[in-house]
Amino acid sequence: MPDPVTPMFNVQIDGVWHQFPKGTRVIEACEQAGSYVPRYCYHKKLSSPGNCRMCLIEMGFPKLGPDRKPELGADGKPIINWMPRPQISCAQDVAEGMGVRTNSALVKECQRGVMEFLLINHPLDCPICDQAGECRLQEFSVDYGDSKSRFLENKVKKPKNVVLGPRVTLDDERCILCSRCIRFCHEIAHDDVLGFVDRGSYTVLTAHPGKRLENNYSLNTVDICPVGALTSTDFRFKMRVWFLKETKSICTSCATGCNTIIGTREDVIYRQTPRENDAVNSCWMCDYGRLNFYYLQSERRLLEPQIRSEGKLVAAHWPIAIAQAALQLKQFSGPEIAIVASGRMTNEELWLTLQLVKILGVELIDIVPRIGAGDDILLSTDRNPNTNGAHLILHLDSGPGASLPAIAEAVNSGRLKALLALGENPIRFGVTPEKLANLPAFVVLDILSNAATEHATIVLPACGFAEKRGSTVNGDGRLQRLNRAVRAPGEARDDWEILRDLLQALGGTDSLYSIEDVFRQMAEAVPQFAGLSLSKIGDLGIHVMEADECPPPPFDPEAADIEEAEAKRPPGR
Amino acid sequence: MSVTVPRPKLNWRERLYLPAIVAGLAITFKHFKNMLLGRTKVTMQYPEQKWDSSLPDYYRGAPALVRDEDGRVRCVACQLCEFICPPRAIKIIPDEIPSNDRFAKVEKYPEEFDIDMIRCIFCGMCEEVCPEQAIFLRKDYAITGFTRAEMVHHKEKLLEIGGVMHGVVLKWNEKK
Ligand code: SF4
Ligand code: SF4
Ligand code: FES
Repeated sequence: MPDPVTPMFNVQIDGVWHQFPKGTRVIEACEQAGSYVPRYCYHKKLSSPGNCRMCLIEMGFPKLGPDRKPELGADGKPIINWMPRPQISCAQDVAEGMGVRTNSALVKECQRGVMEFLLINHPLDCPICDQAGECRLQEFSVDYGDSKSRFLENKVKKPKNVVLGPRVTLDDERCILCSRCIRFCHEIAHDDVLGFVDRGSYTVLTAHPGKRLENNYSLNTVDICPVGALTSTDFRFKMRVWFLKETKSICTSCATGCNTIIGTREDVIYRQTPRENDAVNSCWMCDYGRLNFYYLQSERRLLEPQIRSEGKLVAAHWPIAIAQAALQLKQFSGPEIAIVASGRMTNEELWLTLQLVKILGVELIDIVPRIGAGDDILLSTDRNPNTNGAHLILHLDSGPGASLPAIAEAVNSGRLKALLALGENPIRFGVTPEKLANLPAFVVLDILSNAATEHATIVLPACGFAEKRGSTVNGDGRLQRLNRAVRAPGEARDDWEILRDLLQALGGTDSLYSIEDVFRQMAEAVPQFAGLSLSKIGDLGIHVMEADECPPPPFDPEAADIEEAEAKRPPGR
Repeated sequence: MSVTVPRPKLNWRERLYLPAIVAGLAITFKHFKNMLLGRTKVTMQYPEQKWDSSLPDYYRGAPALVRDEDGRVRCVACQLCEFICPPRAIKIIPDEIPSNDRFAKVEKYPEEFDIDMIRCIFCGMCEEVCPEQAIFLRKDYAITGFTRAEMVHHKEKLLEIGGVMHGVVLKWNEKK
């Protein structure tokens, strides 16, 4: 709903009168009215340079009578005086009484002409171009262009395969000089690196001398490039886009929780791209989060449940592994057990963890904070996607990570008898490997093997973020949803199912059959989730809490930049 | 709803039955006569005899990858055939051509190209869709094997069947 104080303007689009709030771009107004205007350089989150001329329309204003009042036609509406020349619709806001024609003969002729000019020097290498299938030039040349080229001369040669930065490769011949990438770097990433040099037919996009496109947002330029000029070095030539199954999900690499689309084919993830959500990430996401999925395909994935027998970890069946885990935990009383949960777990998993805490009478429970350098664009210093969820559900009142020293001390002093590590490696917060090895019960639920898993008494392989469903609460207190894009490898199971089975083996509740049931149960107890269900969260999430309700994790000044913080993570995570 | 089909009304000739027998015997005698004169030939002794030489030009045998006169594997791994193939017989893994290669400007090639000949239905869609004139249905029809794995034609096998194709458009050679 437009703000009631914003004045509304009457605009005639293709003969029909509509109302739009002041400040609406004409190109957007046309789209809202159902007349899509093709565009290359215009992007709704960037400034409008008006340089591609694809969005030409016919525009007019009411004919004024001698009394300076609009003359009304037979239908009681103002008569429009059309301007003789076409105008671009991307750089103009709507005005009272404005008339727009998006499909007149003149407009069609303009679109055909612009398409022809754009294709004059454009190589016809669609069979090898990665953009094929999601290329605006392909689409619009079918919709608005001609089937034949009248250009017989040689096409201009420009640099190909230009490495603009560590993650972006440029093909200058395909570039249509729309300048979206230049504007993105300048306006959104605040890192002015790209520009055009040479004029006329030989204009090329290039990085400023001595600079590289290496900021943490560089791959967004690949998304907004309407053609195949900017390509992701990582995704290039790996898979044609029309094979990719697109799953709406969220990025779990930091607390921002950018909305994403995961592109997969036959259970392999090929790429992640941002999905528009103005309350979270606009149209962007950072490169670090975008490329942080390869660990799901790592060699070190845990593929089957394992039980320690005679000093060695051996593969076991799920029911046996769960029963064993329950048996090992049950031997001890609550104060002898600690649970290390994770800020990467979903709300549903944390809720079941809380039930484990209750049934075992555990007093030591915490999550492991993960801190890295943030920026004021999207990347958060909190690299856990669900710190807020953990705070809401586990009631970590003294802040995440506050009881970790106590847990480490309890293990190292031998006071603690059983440790349940859910997706976290206790060695990272000061538990010594020798003491871990001496624990009578060390149950690990994780997706990758690490230095700690080899000391486990039970290993339960779980699912990564793209392999499961569930919800998280991001740093701003927005409840968002993960969706399953691929199946988990081997015998790895959904975390919530493992926790449910463990709870059941310990004598807990038996009525949870689906993740919806878990959410329902949780929503009854957690006031912020009251009345919600997984499906009600929707694709764009719901704001459920104020960000400052949760004390922030302590900032680690040593983690000065991403690389450094990442180097500190165990490899692969 | 049931339909009652009336019995055909036979005339007296048809009811007599004999004319039909005579007509039938006449055909039998014609064959007998042809046989005595050595004019019939009914069975081709496959595989000793083959009619390969009389296969029509439009015959659709096994799909195969071709090279052009320059020896370039024409396929650029666009994966359109993989997309169009109705029984999903084709599997391609694309890769980038290294920059020191003679054909580096083509940028992309199939690192792996498999056609599962158990699945292939010889429809020729792949040949039709290919924008690079790289895949053609050749005249090989005796595709056999003892295992499923043997029935998958890998890139080498496909290039071997395909051979060199003359008269195709050399779009990557001239100045585009
Ligand atoms: S001939 Fe038809 S079935 Fe066989 S590989 Fe080509 S497209 Fe597939
Ligand atoms: S359609 Fe032609 S060029 Fe494309 S992958 Fe198939 S054989 Fe190769
Ligand atoms: S979209 Fe309007 S000029 Fe490019």
